[in-house]
Amino acid sequence: MTRMASTTETMAGTSALAPPSLSSRAKARMVSVLLIAPLVLFLTLVFVLPLGGMLFHAVENGEVGGALPGVAAEMRGWTGEGLPPEAAYAALARDLKAAYGEPRLGEASRRLNYERAGYRALLAKTARAVRAIDRPQAGWTAELTAIDARWGEPATWAALRRASPSLTPYYLLTALDLRMDDGGAILRAPAEERIYIDTLGRTLWIGFVTTLLCLVLGFPLAHALVSLPRGFASVLMVCVLLPFWTSLLVRTSAWIVVLQKEGVLNGLLTRLGIVDAPLELVFNRFGLYVAMVHILLPFMILPILSVMKGISPSYMRASASLGAHPAVGFLKVYLPMTLPGVGAGCLMTFIIGVGYYITPSLVGGARDQMTSYFIAYYANTTINWGLSSALGAILLACIMLLYATVGRLIGVGRIAGIQ
Amino acid sequence: MTTRRAGRLCAPIVFAMLIASGSSHARDLTVVGFGGSLQDAMRTAYFEPFSKRAGAPLIEESYTGGIAKLKAMNQSRTVTWDVLQMDENEMTLACDEGLLEHFDWNGQPNAADILPQVKAPCGVGAFVWSKVLAFDPAKTPGVKSWADFWDLKRWPGERGLRKQARMTLEIALLADGVAPDKLYETLGTKAGVDRAFAKLDQIKPHIRWWVSGAQPVEWLAAGNVVMTSAYNGRVAAANKDGRAFTMLWTQQLYSADYWTIPKGTDKLVAARDLVAYMTSADAQKRFAETIPYGVTNNRASALIDPKIQPDLPTAPQNMAGALMIDTPFWVNNEDELQQRFERWVAQ
Repeated sequence: MTRMASTTETMAGTSALAPPSLSSRAKARMVSVLLIAPLVLFLTLVFVLPLGGMLFHAVENGEVGGALPGVAAEMRGWTGEGLPPEAAYAALARDLKAAYGEPRLGEASRRLNYERAGYRALLAKTARAVRAIDRPQAGWTAELTAIDARWGEPATWAALRRASPSLTPYYLLTALDLRMDDGGAILRAPAEERIYIDTLGRTLWIGFVTTLLCLVLGFPLAHALVSLPRGFASVLMVCVLLPFWTSLLVRTSAWIVVLQKEGVLNGLLTRLGIVDAPLELVFNRFGLYVAMVHILLPFMILPILSVMKGISPSYMRASASLGAHPAVGFLKVYLPMTLPGVGAGCLMTFIIGVGYYITPSLVGGARDQMTSYFIAYYANTTINWGLSSALGAILLACIMLLYATVGRLIGVGRIAGIQ
Repeated sequence: MTTRRAGRLCAPIVFAMLIASGSSHARDLTVVGFGGSLQDAMRTAYFEPFSKRAGAPLIEESYTGGIAKLKAMNQSRTVTWDVLQMDENEMTLACDEGLLEHFDWNGQPNAADILPQVKAPCGVGAFVWSKVLAFDPAKTPGVKSWADFWDLKRWPGERGLRKQARMTLEIALLADGVAPDKLYETLGTKAGVDRAFAKLDQIKPHIRWWVSGAQPVEWLAAGNVVMTSAYNGRVAAANKDGRAFTMLWTQQLYSADYWTIPKGTDKLVAARDLVAYMTSADAQKRFAETIPYGVTNNRASALIDPKIQPDLPTAPQNMAGALMIDTPFWVNNEDELQQRFERWVAQ
């Protein structure tokens, strides 16, 4: 941040001193383009492409079309009312015969099971049964309905139709607690399945409270670090940085040891007679805030500190000599100058904070799980990468929105420290 | 930057790349388990003797389940796992998606001795585990069933359950008096699921949810919970270390974990050798005597020290009233029930 600031200053400085000629300016621009080319390439390869791929997963829907191409094509031509024509049944039977035992049928089953529970077993059973039928006696409609009565239900086919196109809104809708019904209308999910909007709200709220707590603790600490004598300040600095160098898991587990019912703190409080029964300090929101603030505090302190270091003490002396009360001097002179650091610290703390999931799952309670928990759950455990990406995309959109709002209010340049 | 300096900087990088590429060619056979006291037992009973016998090193890794890594390895064609421990659910899903080698049961050594229930298309049963009600008899004497787990008046205090729909809904229905043989029939209906959640509602404020198998035993020891669901092997391991927890075998929930071979491994022959070794009677006897999980080789059961027999989930007296977890049911319904469960937990 400071480096960015100084580069802008030097560039602005040279151009103001001696305006270079046109050709040399073009050459300089060429050189700078060449110099940043590796960076652009690097960013594209490791940032833009993976992120874009991740976001694409949220709408990608190739499973059914890949495994059952014939019936997927039939579904495109079908109106979606009642039951599909015989041709669709025949195409399904052909596709199932061709895909039997292939991994792609497993992928299609997983996708269809999201739309309707039980589809996995239905496809497996039907695929096994149709292999025995060479020539259907009474047409495939009758044969498939005889194998399983669900093939005679419009809902089964509506689910297949929704899952057939190569792109789907399913994951994004699910991530917003919405459903598409059999007629294609978008409705709210049944009450007992609404979960992600609440979780998102909770995630943002936990991020906000953590940021606020970090600011309240971090600001005075940063000020102490710049104003205390050097020896003492460096000891304090090590204390601030120590959590940075310790593994996240170790820090979090240490808090469990300290805060649990028969832990260090409760033992001390009961022995001193301050409390009668041990307090509930961990596996709830309180424990979560303690652990998260501890981990995120350096992200708040360091940007504020770097800005405070650049503020000369003579400003405060000047305001005092002009008759301002120290409190007025602090509010009118000192505080505004620290705002870029505060903005950067808050934004960084908040963005890192809303991505937490290991800490909440270890020291939080059942009601303290955040969106990232579900992202990790769907990505790692159930390989529902679509829903995982959709949740990630929505979290990303929230953060971008917040960034834009804060940027408009305070100015992006000020937050980034280049103004 | 001078050329010499650049050279000096690049040398270690080039060197590291050489090592990395060299090691990827000479990869040792890698086996992956779930870690903890379970994997310690596997090391003693299987990995070390096999490595000694084969005269080749065996690399161990551990993971916490989930098929994402397997799928990523498969898609990027860099399979570095050769033998993998999986639960039945995930094995079935991974098998359907073509991520696992199929087992040829005709050519499989020990095939005749393996329990028929654990011969799967893509895996062979590694051991039978059980989820039991565990408690400290010094603090809560007299607990006899899952129904007692719900009796907050007689035994006040927190309860530990695993934070997942699978097995938790079953426990709720068992506590509500549903017979094991009618359980999945009940859970297959909306009314049955509602009934399970209503039962869980009764003790919801007193449930502490665990996520890893080591937690419930630690919590029981630390006094954070007075009774909990836990895996029998973990409780037995704690008792070996001087605890005196009681396990309730009636109404135990049991299932098997499997050995599988990821598709695309270049060590297929060695991987099959290892699986064959781990399903042989002698090796399984050593395993069960180290950690009391049930064995899958019929001949091994007869060899196990009679003193240990009563601690195994598969002992006849422990099987009375036991519930076998219905994997096909969960493969079909887990997406939906887990989502409802997550929402209910967070409310």
